Amino acid sequence: MTKYTLDINGASRTVDVAPDTPLLWVLRDTLDLVGTKFACGVGQCGSCTVHLDGVPARSCTTPVSTVGRKRVTTIEGLDAKTSHPLQQAWQELDVPQCGYCQSGQIMTAAALLKENPNPSDEEIEAAMAGNLCRCGTYTRIKAGIHHAVALATPAKGRK
Amino acid sequence: MKPISKPKKPGRREFLRNTALAGGGLILGCYWDSAALAATAVVDAPAGPGATAFEPNAFIRISPEGVVTLVSKQPEIGQGIKTSLPMVIAEQLEVDWRDVVIVQGDLHTRYGSQSAGGSRSTPTNYEPFHLLGATARTMLVAAAAKVWGVPVGQCYAAHSAVHHRESKRTLGYGQLAGEAAAVLVPAAATVVLKDPKDYKLLGKRIGGVDNAAVVSGKPLFGIDVRLPGMLYATYEKCPVFGGKVVTANLEAVKALPGVRDVLVIEGTANLNGLMPGVAIVADSTWAAMSARRQLRVDWDEGRAASHSWDGFVAQASALRGKPGTSVLRNDGDVDAAMSAAAQRIEAFYQYPFISHASFEPQNCTAWFKEGVMELWAPTQNPAYGQHLVAATLGLAQDKIIVHILRSGGGFGRRLSADYMVEAAAIARRVAAPVKLTWSREDDLRHDHYRAGGFHHLRGGLDAGGRLVAWHNHFVSFGNRVVRDGASELQLGPGAALNGDEFPGRWIKNCRLEQTPLECGIPMGPWRAPGSNVYAWVFQSFIDELAAAARRDQLQFRLELLGDREIMPGTGERGISFDVGRMRRVLAEVAQRAGWGKKVFAKGRGMGIAFQFSHRGYVAQVAEVSVSKDGKLTVDRVVVVADVGSQIVNLSGAENQVQGSVIDALGTLMFQELDIVKGRIVQSNFHDYPMIGMADIPKKIDIHFLQTNYPVTGLGEPAFPPLAPAVCNAIYAAIGKRVRQLPLARTDLRWA
Ligand code: FES
Ligand code: FES
Repeated sequence: MTKYTLDINGASRTVDVAPDTPLLWVLRDTLDLVGTKFACGVGQCGSCTVHLDGVPARSCTTPVSTVGRKRVTTIEGLDAKTSHPLQQAWQELDVPQCGYCQSGQIMTAAALLKENPNPSDEEIEAAMAGNLCRCGTYTRIKAGIHHAVALATPAKGRK
Repeated sequence: MKPISKPKKPGRREFLRNTALAGGGLILGCYWDSAALAATAVVDAPAGPGATAFEPNAFIRISPEGVVTLVSKQPEIGQGIKTSLPMVIAEQLEVDWRDVVIVQGDLHTRYGSQSAGGSRSTPTNYEPFHLLGATARTMLVAAAAKVWGVPVGQCYAAHSAVHHRESKRTLGYGQLAGEAAAVLVPAAATVVLKDPKDYKLLGKRIGGVDNAAVVSGKPLFGIDVRLPGMLYATYEKCPVFGGKVVTANLEAVKALPGVRDVLVIEGTANLNGLMPGVAIVADSTWAAMSARRQLRVDWDEGRAASHSWDGFVAQASALRGKPGTSVLRNDGDVDAAMSAAAQRIEAFYQYPFISHASFEPQNCTAWFKEGVMELWAPTQNPAYGQHLVAATLGLAQDKIIVHILRSGGGFGRRLSADYMVEAAAIARRVAAPVKLTWSREDDLRHDHYRAGGFHHLRGGLDAGGRLVAWHNHFVSFGNRVVRDGASELQLGPGAALNGDEFPGRWIKNCRLEQTPLECGIPMGPWRAPGSNVYAWVFQSFIDELAAAARRDQLQFRLELLGDREIMPGTGERGISFDVGRMRRVLAEVAQRAGWGKKVFAKGRGMGIAFQFSHRGYVAQVAEVSVSKDGKLTVDRVVVVADVGSQIVNLSGAENQVQGSVIDALGTLMFQELDIVKGRIVQSNFHDYPMIGMADIPKKIDIHFLQTNYPVTGLGEPAFPPLAPAVCNAIYAAIGKRVRQLPLARTDLRWA
């Protein structure tokens, strides 16, 4: 076991875990941040997506020993009031079915919108390609991202 | 966040008031003071009743403060039932949706059946739920009338309050709670239901009640459960189903960091029950998973180790032209009609075993203390889980408490309870709560699979291009089981053909035969069992016949369906088929898709298919493009469904249809499992790919026919017609017939 001090959602958290522990399990089991989901464990599905210094990363294949001082953002820390445009859009368009993949979808989409505030369908498809949804909510995920763009753009967001 | 929130303990007061509402399987009832209520933050337990709360039944509670709490008794697996059924109560109760709090009920007899399978949650609960809400509303109105001393007829309910028309007085439901609690429950026959034209909520687009929790990452799912002092477990089973543990390096694994215990579990012979294996119990999920990599088990693999998919294909192919072991239907004289036919078409269709791959891997948390087994499970079928645990571990059923957690996908997988009995078997030997989490590899390699299958089909057309003879020899799969002392082959769920399955009953000369191949692979219901493959096979072969007859696909199907309104079922187990509903669905889909009106260049085309599945009548038209290098694009899918007189939640209904279409397309394009030496070869999403965003249809148009029929479910019926509609469109586009799944096995290149 080794002690690590991590920057999680803006707070400093110290954990004592085996160095090869994936960040995913540190979040879920040690820090009780269970919004980040386990579905494949091998970087194939995107359910466990978090941001490391704002860049989307698969927490299931990120050993805690490699995180260092990078800022870790999870779904719980995406927006202090849960009112990120994507979180609003997801609720307004009723995107989830089972909901299990959705925190990963939102985290990937949030990183996309930061880079590219008004992505085309093709850009969305490319950015979201690594995030699978077993329930098939892709139609609404795509619409949700466009809707979030509109919500974030004052002129467009007005109803 | 606090891991544990202890809900207020409900009083021991009994709420057994009246059983007038018990019709439809709902049992009213007593509050249940459970040891179980040491719930985690993810468990919604109904708040305890205060002295003057109004609780007319087990599903509704109105506090003196006016908080309306509705219990959702059905498991939520992504089908939206936790939103839609409470909407029904809220509609009749005349409460504003935003004032309602919805909690998940645990398994309890007071709720009646709590199984979420077969798209049955809606049809079995829809009408009783109207009555529940309307009865409570009637009682609130009576209470207000009594308070005011006016006739009931002068009062009406709206917006969580009762209003007196003449005096314009109003009393909120909270203010009336105490008074209403003293009102006798009226007999069901005297309760007046709202006129559907006055519905304010039903038919609207309402967002899922857990959406806010989903998008903020709140604990919600089975896998999110956390209990004080909880340990974490993994469970290694033999890669060959049913293999037994001979020896294992238990001591070495026990010595690994974080490992608390390593247990050999003997298991039972039930392929869908507790399989033998080795459990590792540790301080964290990762400690358990890491230790598992050091685990070495010698297995007695058993008989199933000789099974392979290639072997099954060879066995099935060899049955061509041979009789089946059972005859499901034998109408007219198929042999004579075939010889007399102007054209005979023959085809062999095959599809593989596939996995449910629900996104949340199987998991269950179990705590055995003081003789009580308490379970927290993402389950579609909690009562079955309770039964299986009781039967397997020799516990009394009433010593098993089941909390129903939201499931990250079901698709039929969580109708099984193997993961629940595993968790219980482990917890029984550990003095702490234990959460068992399967890896994705466990999930793919120890599923209860959708069975593969093979169809030797022959069809005969007369000189007018009419279908006059149909013969199918279906080669299916069964498990060897011992029942009443006798050994028999039990067909897998969805692997038994009903002789009434379309086009059985419609063709004068029709013989349906079936032969099960013995396999040691556990099988289970998979979204729209049976229909999910039969629609593809039969609607594709019908397409072949119509093409051979040079007939229009829609006209050929309409002619086959014929003019009658109802096709009665055959015998006791037969299923009545409403032909009129299907014709109208077909007509609508054809009109909306522009069937027969569009002209396509080679490489583009349209296909049509329909299926009656799980009480729903659904037809689909797919429009596809196939590039010269064989890449398929589904440009548009038009779906028309008749699921009765009322769509409960339009957003949820459309979500189910969109999801079904996308799921069905992914299944068609990619999914297959290979079996070698009794093992599943695939292990994770790299070799068992899921459809991604780029492959979904460019457009999905959904239309629900509003009819006068009972309201039925939508978790399954929109799935089956997609694959044949797309494959028929591919044929229309490039002249290639897809007779094997998945699509990746067919070369779609053309010149
Ligand atoms: S769980 Fe990390 S990518 Fe699937
Ligand atoms: S909503 Fe169920 S996996 Fe995406």
